Amino acid sequence: MKQFKDVYDQYTWDGIKASIASKTSRDVESALAAKHRTLEDFKALVSPAAMPYLEQMAQLSHQLTQKRFGKTIQLFAPMYLSNECNNICTYCGFSLDNKIKRKTLTAAEILQEVNAIKQNGFNHILLVTGESNHTVHVDYFLKAIDIIKPHFANISIEVQPLSQDEYEQLQRAGVYSVLVYQETYHKEKYKDYHVKGKKSNFYYRLETPDRIGLAGMHKIGLAVLLGLEDWRTDSFFCALHLDYLQKTYWQTKYSIAFPRIRPAEGVDISNYHINDNELVQLMCAYRLLNEDLEISVSTRESETFRNNIMKLGTTTMSAGSKTNPGGYSVDEGSLEQFEISDERTPKEVAAMITGNGYQPVWKDWDKIL
Amino acid sequence: MKQLTIAGKIFQSRLFLGTGKFGSSAQMEEAVLASGSEMVTVALKRVDLETDTDALLSHLQHAHINLLPNTSGVRTAKEAVLAAQLAREALETNWVKLEIHPDPKYLMPDPIETLKATEELAKLGFIVLPYIHADPVLCKRLEGAGTAAVMPLGSPIGSNKGLRTLDFLQIIIEQSKVPVIIDAGIGAPSDAALAMEMGADAVLVNTAIAIAGNPVQMANAFKLAVQAGRIAFESRLATKVNHAIASSPLTQFLHETV
Repeated sequence: MKQFKDVYDQYTWDGIKASIASKTSRDVESALAAKHRTLEDFKALVSPAAMPYLEQMAQLSHQLTQKRFGKTIQLFAPMYLSNECNNICTYCGFSLDNKIKRKTLTAAEILQEVNAIKQNGFNHILLVTGESNHTVHVDYFLKAIDIIKPHFANISIEVQPLSQDEYEQLQRAGVYSVLVYQETYHKEKYKDYHVKGKKSNFYYRLETPDRIGLAGMHKIGLAVLLGLEDWRTDSFFCALHLDYLQKTYWQTKYSIAFPRIRPAEGVDISNYHINDNELVQLMCAYRLLNEDLEISVSTRESETFRNNIMKLGTTTMSAGSKTNPGGYSVDEGSLEQFEISDERTPKEVAAMITGNGYQPVWKDWDKIL
Repeated sequence: MKQLTIAGKIFQSRLFLGTGKFGSSAQMEEAVLASGSEMVTVALKRVDLETDTDALLSHLQHAHINLLPNTSGVRTAKEAVLAAQLAREALETNWVKLEIHPDPKYLMPDPIETLKATEELAKLGFIVLPYIHADPVLCKRLEGAGTAAVMPLGSPIGSNKGLRTLDFLQIIIEQSKVPVIIDAGIGAPSDAALAMEMGADAVLVNTAIAIAGNPVQMANAFKLAVQAGRIAFESRLATKVNHAIASSPLTQFLHETV
């Protein structure tokens, strides 16, 4: 069967980059006027030529998002289970060469964290780990889910790439969605950033969403780590990936996130910065391409920026996040993956959403489904 | 205006409302009250019986309002039956709006799974209102399976495109022995009025009200449109004539004496 690798290999990085750079205001206008937008339109919308049309893009994105998702923002909390990791990735605080104390939560600690997160009102949870296959493997996940499931309506995971069979097991155990970010679609640069460990295998990671789709997972989350390479070209490949997945695994929902590189322990700041204007442009371009895509904005972004992009296409937000295992109650000082920026409590974020005339949604799934 | 009866239950209002997509639960409640609706759908997945953090149910506690739980989120008949059973327990009603859409993009209902689930749920004593394509044959098959009503779509859900399936809706209305509630795609009061003029028994509206600039006023506009459309239907609309009456009739010779 054809997989995304076969699609991906038909394109070259430089070809796409040049094609985006060649887009003109006429291409942008035609993309804005189109009834159904294509990947060519997406190229125009992320190109520098689209910047003067940002307000128009934002208006359209706002309308389309409201039509599909209503005046609502879904809230979730991440819960880091472990910061053990056998990969060396030059941008990540969990990198193996970062000599810090490692921690993987025990069953009792998981329950303690669950209670702390529940007290904040959350019903949707995202479980996060590094990649340490000897200790944090599918059996560990299954045990963790067993503890967590009675307390949450909806469970997502963001862990190392797994096999189709393992995803099937997790799906049966109650996992609703899997997030796996390619970080960058630049094959050669990928190797520079992912120096050692299983994650250094570009194609294994690239084919992971196919395995998740084949396993029948309800939702797949994609992203590029913004700052590793040219965001425009990288985002085109991500949109291409999304387009392929949506046509292939048509029973699955999709979400996208826009993580911008944040300061982390032992990490140099990004090589390819994406500024606020460009991030808004990117978010709107995705919405204009894909009306039913969930768009998630994390606490990596600042309070002010989050308050303002809430209405521009966002469907999902985290709040009061801790990016270290045990961060909510067990071990508040353990190593975090990255520094968060919006430090408001979940209650404060919910109040901001309400203040904007939107409804914070805490529960939109049920564990029996 | 005649009353609507579904499975022995009488409704004064022929407008059903969905409760999603509103900017707040309080606003949703106000809109529901302004619409005069006696039947509102609630997604089972949104109901939180433990804490009601989203304050959904607490805003729907009115004597005249019946809750119609929907199975949104399920992909198969098996999951739908499970969800309906849970809804029956949680909301203490055996009414269920059956929604099986395995396609999360356009939320297209799966006719095969819907028919299967309807058969099973009817046997289990549920009052089933299935969301379906405007497929006249499927409607007859659902009648055979024991459905309490049918809910064919006017256009893709949330699209506000109106009655794009008009010709098929007309056939369904003409043939149906159970109430026909037109669901999905109704984007303006005029769409709702048209559906009612055609003889639909009721309409279900959500997005067009929830994301309107003023949802409460829009709910009232839909209430009036549904009433107007129904009264027009009951009063029997004058037949539309597309052609002029010819001044030199071709059959005149038949009446002429030689």
